[in-house]
Amino acid sequence: MATIIIPTPLRKFTNNTARVSINASNVKGVVDELTLNFPDLKKHLLDEQGNIRSFVNVFVGDEDIRNLQQDHTPVKEETVISIVPAIAGGIA
Amino acid sequence: MQINTAKSLKEFYSMLVIEQKPLDEMYQDALQSFPDECCGFFFGKELEDERIVTNVLVVNNSKEGDKRRRFEISPKDYLNAERFADENELQLLGVYHSHPNHPAIPSEHDRVAAQPYFSYIIISVKENEIADIRSWQLNDNFQFEEEKIENPFIINQNK
Repeated sequence: MATIIIPTPLRKFTNNTARVSINASNVKGVVDELTLNFPDLKKHLLDEQGNIRSFVNVFVGDEDIRNLQQDHTPVKEETVISIVPAIAGGIA
Repeated sequence: MQINTAKSLKEFYSMLVIEQKPLDEMYQDALQSFPDECCGFFFGKELEDERIVTNVLVVNNSKEGDKRRRFEISPKDYLNAERFADENELQLLGVYHSHPNHPAIPSEHDRVAAQPYFSYIIISVKENEIADIRSWQLNDNFQFEEEKIENPFIINQNK
């Protein structure tokens, strides 16, 4: 099963679990399964169209899935997926 | 859902206690980065009613463009911060950044990009001078609420 690492700010929606193991063939399958198990995560990960939100980065290993095959990026047994919140802001 | 009356009547959402060393490090970063915005992470312990800030990780403002009005932290630096928390058995409590020549109040841009759970410390900085420090946290309606900051050496002149 692939491992998905939950960032600190979203752990309050996963009962404080930092790592979740999920059986799926690609990133979309992993995210679908994750939000099925933890429904409160959904509005923080996905937009209204069900796509990964623009303020959320998903990494497979060290690579942003935007540079791979987006949410069709395949995952294997030993794949580590990280959800990385975009941190930004400023005066204007 | 249980409603905690005592908490809902409190003036502030929650409380942040910042130890002197991390406070000095954030102030120094804000002053040195001026007129650009600085940014970084802070860590510590989470207790029932308060968060204790014990460590700071200064991070490069990776915004391409106007760093005087915007900041951005790269995914690599974010992952480093999570790793730092893990390795040192600390809790990643939030993000700080500065508002050069502007008040320590979050902008709409700050709000839209904000994560749940994190405390957002904003330092208002003028040339050679820290003007104010305030902290904010998103509530369940995605709006910022202010957290009280407890530290005897904090500059509080704007309140």
